[in-house]
Amino acid sequence: MGRIDAVWSEQGTSPDKIEGALRQLLVEIHTQHREFVPARVLNMIAFVDREWSGEIANRLRGVGRYHASRMVVLSYEPGRERLDARVMIAAESDPAPGEIALLRETVVVELGDCHMDNLLTIADPLVVTDLPTLLWSPHGHHEIVADLMPLAQAVLLDSVVEPDAREAVERAFELTGQAYVVDLAWLRSTPWRERVAAMFDPPAMRRELGRLSSVSVRHHAASTAAATLLVGWLGSRLKWQLGPLRGGPDERLATATSRGQEISVKLETDPELQVPGLAGLTVGTTDGLSLSLDRGPGGLRARLARNGGEPRQWTIPGASRGETGVLGEGIRQALLRDPTYVPALEAARAMLA
Amino acid sequence: MAIAAEQPDTPEQSENPLTAGLERLPVAPTTLVIFGATGDLARRKLLPALYNLAHDGALPERFHLVGVSRKEKEHEDYRTECEEAIKRFSRRKPDEEVLKGLLDNVKYVPGMFDDPEVYSELKAVLEEFEHEAGEPLNRAFYLSTAPGFFPVIVDQLGESQLAHHPDAEVRLIIEKPFGTTLEEARELNRRVLGRFEESQVYRIDHYLGKETVQNMMAFRFANGMFEPLWNRNYIDSVQITASEDLGIGTRAGYYDEAGALRDLIQNHMLQLLCHVAMEPPVSFTAEEVRNEKVKVLQAVSEPTVAEIPEMALRAQYTAGHAGGEDVPGYLEEDGVPAGSKTETYAALRLEVNNWRWAGVPFYLRTGKRLARKVTEIAVTLKPVPHLAFSQEGSLGIQPNQLVLTLQPNEGVSLRLGAKIPGTRMIIRPVNMEFLYGTAFLSQSPEAYERLITDAMRGDATLFTRNDEVEAQWRICDPIVKAWHPSQQPGPPVATYEAGSQGPVEAERLLRGDDRWRAI
Repeated sequence: MGRIDAVWSEQGTSPDKIEGALRQLLVEIHTQHREFVPARVLNMIAFVDREWSGEIANRLRGVGRYHASRMVVLSYEPGRERLDARVMIAAESDPAPGEIALLRETVVVELGDCHMDNLLTIADPLVVTDLPTLLWSPHGHHEIVADLMPLAQAVLLDSVVEPDAREAVERAFELTGQAYVVDLAWLRSTPWRERVAAMFDPPAMRRELGRLSSVSVRHHAASTAAATLLVGWLGSRLKWQLGPLRGGPDERLATATSRGQEISVKLETDPELQVPGLAGLTVGTTDGLSLSLDRGPGGLRARLARNGGEPRQWTIPGASRGETGVLGEGIRQALLRDPTYVPALEAARAMLA
Repeated sequence: MAIAAEQPDTPEQSENPLTAGLERLPVAPTTLVIFGATGDLARRKLLPALYNLAHDGALPERFHLVGVSRKEKEHEDYRTECEEAIKRFSRRKPDEEVLKGLLDNVKYVPGMFDDPEVYSELKAVLEEFEHEAGEPLNRAFYLSTAPGFFPVIVDQLGESQLAHHPDAEVRLIIEKPFGTTLEEARELNRRVLGRFEESQVYRIDHYLGKETVQNMMAFRFANGMFEPLWNRNYIDSVQITASEDLGIGTRAGYYDEAGALRDLIQNHMLQLLCHVAMEPPVSFTAEEVRNEKVKVLQAVSEPTVAEIPEMALRAQYTAGHAGGEDVPGYLEEDGVPAGSKTETYAALRLEVNNWRWAGVPFYLRTGKRLARKVTEIAVTLKPVPHLAFSQEGSLGIQPNQLVLTLQPNEGVSLRLGAKIPGTRMIIRPVNMEFLYGTAFLSQSPEAYERLITDAMRGDATLFTRNDEVEAQWRICDPIVKAWHPSQQPGPPVATYEAGSQGPVEAERLLRGDDRWRAI
């Protein structure tokens, strides 16, 4: 049989009609094609500016299997008075013989200023009861996030999008008191955190963690928040007292202390880096060990030197996830809980205070 | 303002404080040596698994691969073969840069497995890697050869001082089959443990690397509602099925030697039985989990010669239909010896003689060319003690049945009695279904990706221990012997039409009102 692609739309509609259409389409599909079953993992509500909704739709299309089971796009257009909606139910692929294929539901609601006061009652009927809901407002609209928060168990944000790193970190911290925060800036640092953790995992290297004396992070000009979170992670895991960052946008310095020992912290922009995120990291120890990780083709380029000796260099293979990969990972992370983010965020706040 | 974050460990602690919260735990720098590096398993499974681990950034910080095989070839030629295999069999399209990074660290050592020179050369390659790294690297020797070479390679590794390393871990990964009889398994264990410690040995049963099998542990031990019913007081029978709709394909040489009993029941299906019947382990460490599985296997009686005809059945498929096409019978398949008595279907009735399971039959069946491909565990509960409803006009009230499907659609289905809408109280069975595929965003890793990573990390939970393997063989060995071609005339070989539900003779294994589930 062919791929499922069911559509319903109505102008001047209402939430209960949209919800009814969703149910009806699912019943029709199930009656005709039992091998197609609705995914029931996660709701996602995206509040977007209508003029940028195409770009958001493109980003979401790229996340592939990480697409939320039910995606509710609230597309805001100033001055709009009529509520219009489209419901699309689609399967990404045909099922193999004897197997099932997953259906994913997308609801796009066009709305305007006059609907803002009752936004919660518009979105509420459209999410699947008992599934966790992830809330994303990529174009700002902090007040809307607050309005929709009763529906959400997790909030997706990207601290590198905010023009000011300090405000971004404060904003993320504020949200952690209300829901689980999935910060794409944090997820961009995941491969770096994994590699640093692995480098210091052998017992001989683990002892060096207590002797760290310098940390330098190279980052995209707009990714100070990501760099700060990486240092915040290291500091929070190693019980450092982190002081405030000083300096201009291209190079910021700070000092951390740990059991009487000072650790110098440097964040510097890498003008070569074309994508948001981190370009490299170097840590040094009091006994002359220096370890660097830098972006490279096909993975991270590692460089290890001891006491001024001949450095050893090698590549740690790993494919870049790209921005859509990071977004997909963000959606997946809404179902997990990382206990190290909030301590890292608190440490980043201290640095950006 | 300066703050001190909460919760962290200190560097003095033995735990690495940086691994908290990470989904992927570090794997120590390792050199993996594959014996049988040009074989089918290496090309189809191991090399693609290594590439996918590299793609995901899940290989150790330093990783080297050494292929060892009989064929003469240069390092570069072997790298080209690896590249071709990865491009052909990887579950994702390879990223050229990542692939190059992986292949840059590949070397090849040619030679016969019993030739000490091969091991001298191998040792030199391993030491060269360590010299380049400036640190000792763990070593994992993966035996992916024909089983006949396992003892030879193990002995040579021991003789050449490669079984241990003063400053690094050395691990031995052994593919299945681990022996073809109890005696062979014992002898292989004796040879292996003469050179390696048990803690160094990782016996592969790739079924254990499947998410679906691991999910069974979560199903049983992370949900409070099933365990109170999980015993002989409430469970009537357990049926484990692993059926395939395909025939033997091009594997006649292997399959005619092995047969269904050794191919699937002795290893995979007994593992499934263990997962159903085991007691909750104290913790999910390798030793605790394997201790509980061994207890289950030890509670299964070794069948006597007299009991075998009553509790075991073998059969062969004859010509029939599959997928709308005519297909040949087993004896007409290419490469199958004329008059072969090798079973393409095997069914057993076992009992787990312990406090929890006494009297509950465990039915196991597997076969090729059956109606459908399915692997499932069906747990049938005892009927309700008293029926207040009339069964007139209904399909009859059937006992609850919990079905754990491992493939193709992993899920859980519970058969319940429900009232048919209307004025009369008529009951019919309905199914409440849960499909794992609808409830998770993540893709399951390939079994070999998981198993290779676990072996490199030193986590043996998903590998079979020496006593476990021998306990599995203890159950199957008497049947293997009874069905051996040397036993003349031996028990009859039943037949079943290709594409059918299996031999009708399998009914005689069932007790009371038990019925085989439709495949």
